[in-house]
Amino acid sequence: MKIVVCVKQVPDTWSEKRLDPADQTLDRAAADGVIDELDTYAVEEALKLKESLGDATVVVLAMGPAGAAESLRKALSMGADEAVHIVDDALHGSDALATSLVLAKAIEQIGYDLVLLGSESTDARMGVMAAMLAERLGVPQATLASGVAVDGTSLRVTRMTSAAQEEVAATLPAVVSVLEKINEPRYPSFKGIMAAKSKPTSTLSLADLGIDASSVGLAAAATKVLDSTARPPRGERTIIKDDGDAGARIADFLASRKLL
Amino acid sequence: MSDPRVTPDDLLGIDDLLSDDERAVRAAAREFSRRLIAPQIAEWFENGGIPTMRDLAGELGRLGALGMHLRGYGCAGLSAVDYGLTCLELEAGDSAIRSFVSVQGSLAMYAIWRYGSAEQKQQWLPAMAAGAAIGCFGLTEPDHGSDPGSMRTTARRDGADWLLTGRKAWITNGSIADVAIVWARTDEGIRGFVVPTTTPGFSAPEIKHKLSLRASVTSELVLDDVRLPASAELPTAKGLGAPLSCLNEARYGIVWGAIGAARTAYETALSYATTRTQFGKPIAGFQLTQAKLVDMAVELNKGLLLALHLGRRKDAGTLAPEQVSFGKLNNTRSALEICRTARGILGANGISLDFPVIRHMANLESVLTYEGTVEMHTLVLGQAITGVAAFR
Ligand SMILES: Cc1cc2nc3c(=O)[nH]c(=O)nc-3n(C[C@H](O)[C@H](O)[C@H](O)COP(=O)(O)OP(=O)(O)OC[C@H]3O[C@@H](n4cnc5c(N)ncnc54)[C@H](O)[C@@H]3O)c2cc1C
Repeated sequence: MKIVVCVKQVPDTWSEKRLDPADQTLDRAAADGVIDELDTYAVEEALKLKESLGDATVVVLAMGPAGAAESLRKALSMGADEAVHIVDDALHGSDALATSLVLAKAIEQIGYDLVLLGSESTDARMGVMAAMLAERLGVPQATLASGVAVDGTSLRVTRMTSAAQEEVAATLPAVVSVLEKINEPRYPSFKGIMAAKSKPTSTLSLADLGIDASSVGLAAAATKVLDSTARPPRGERTIIKDDGDAGARIADFLASRKLL
Repeated sequence: MSDPRVTPDDLLGIDDLLSDDERAVRAAAREFSRRLIAPQIAEWFENGGIPTMRDLAGELGRLGALGMHLRGYGCAGLSAVDYGLTCLELEAGDSAIRSFVSVQGSLAMYAIWRYGSAEQKQQWLPAMAAGAAIGCFGLTEPDHGSDPGSMRTTARRDGADWLLTGRKAWITNGSIADVAIVWARTDEGIRGFVVPTTTPGFSAPEIKHKLSLRASVTSELVLDDVRLPASAELPTAKGLGAPLSCLNEARYGIVWGAIGAARTAYETALSYATTRTQFGKPIAGFQLTQAKLVDMAVELNKGLLLALHLGRRKDAGTLAPEQVSFGKLNNTRSALEICRTARGILGANGISLDFPVIRHMANLESVLTYEGTVEMHTLVLGQAITGVAAFR
């Protein structure tokens, strides 16, 4: 059984993020890159499946600039077996459609029974990757999983939606996106870090995947960020004193910020 | 190539002096600290202990932090710089956790690893590396602190056995330890003993009412004719130099750890100063506050460079004890000063446990004293530069 886990390198939630004024893409030099926390749940779930199934290989896959190797390394030090890094200058500014194209090609090339990933990325927060990958790969998808069980080629997933908890079943191969509540990711140990150094790691370019550079990257993106304004600095605070209607006024305030 | 630029959290670009491996070790220790220490430490401090210390010890073992710079016996076998970075990140959480790791790895495990018999090593080191067995190190006595050479605890031969009698004071981990490394006076000079804490005659009452390192267990060791077989003696530990060599190991970790405590205080003060508004602007905008923040940042970065310099020397085998004294003296002193300044920047919030600052400040009062006081390290360096000893 081969489990491919997609991991993304994102700006550390603890550091300040900003867009590069030149092309309105994320300024990756401005913030420390880390493995997307949501993806660590997918890595953990893969490792738990491997432990329970015994005979499984966990391959972690990242598309991203050179720095994304660090995220792969972290996944390897948690216990994943192999890492594949898709790195190509032409990928800069790729949107979700292009990303899913590239990842799907790589996943096909690696070979897989199960693809695991976080339910969304903590930076872009699109939440569409699992669906797009399943579509491109032509396999079933189970998103927002809070539980995953594999028995032979049958897959059972507990899905948490805002309306209900669902039990869904599918036949492998399949794509599953996981929620935070699915597990508690292990932290890497020093021994894991040292062991990671001797695990196989490979890099793939667009050419290796047979993808034309013109179909990915900023120029090929379906949407374009025209302009951006940094959120105003804190300080302009509204203080609501409760004269009996504070609840309603807080709701109005949130609605005016489109937070409700 | 873009123009070089500084980042506020690494003004000197010290990160560039670390290898990928070292950064990965640091990241793991930092994650551990953020996930397993930070969320609960204020409560542990306030309540005066960590009720789940056995579990936490197991987690520290799983991380690989216990005896991490020792080789074999299940230890991680990492470098001195890796060990230092780990101490820094753990102490950024709380000095109590770093103290636990120092005592376990650098005092108790190191004593066995360096001076123990093959049986002692096999019996204790793997369990201690895993955090399944906890160790303590008893040198200080109620009446003998800076001058341990005049200790009163004695070990006398009784047939093939040893009988230990005396009292130790201020012993970290004492009440929770499975094994105590006890230093005692014998007819042949000072010797070390590996004492299972279940041995009859051994007890370790906890010292209460501490206002510093409250999350750490500190105890007395009472030795009332504790009978030990000959095999309990550390065979190659001859004289006071043996315990002092262990202290030198632990002290090296403190050089790094103190910077972690100071970093947390500095980061807290910096973020507080940029968001706290008085007289119509953030207090970070006042020159007096900026001077404080800059002094803190300068001392913090100097301290980190010093720690790294000593770490590289330790890995190269060229680190002299006087150099460790230099680092311990400077870094604990400036870390405490940074915490005190941060305390002031937070105003009234500075005295609250809701912020980490006063906790670190109070902790560092212990760190300043144990493993050689400021005065002792000053005298060590005084002797190194003048050639005249001024201890007595
Ligand atoms: C929280 C905590 C944990 C500890 N854990 C351990 C442990 O695990 N194991 C262990 O063995 N010990 C431990 N200690 C003890 C610690 O190492 C001693 O407290 C330290 O060595 C100082 O000894 P003392 O307290 O007896 O002070 P003293 O030696 O009595 O010193 C009192 C003051 O006099 C100064 N002084 C002494 N001699 C001179 C001199 N010649 N010239 C100038 N000034 C001098 C000192 O610098 C100090 O300021 C711990 C202490 C604390 C607070």
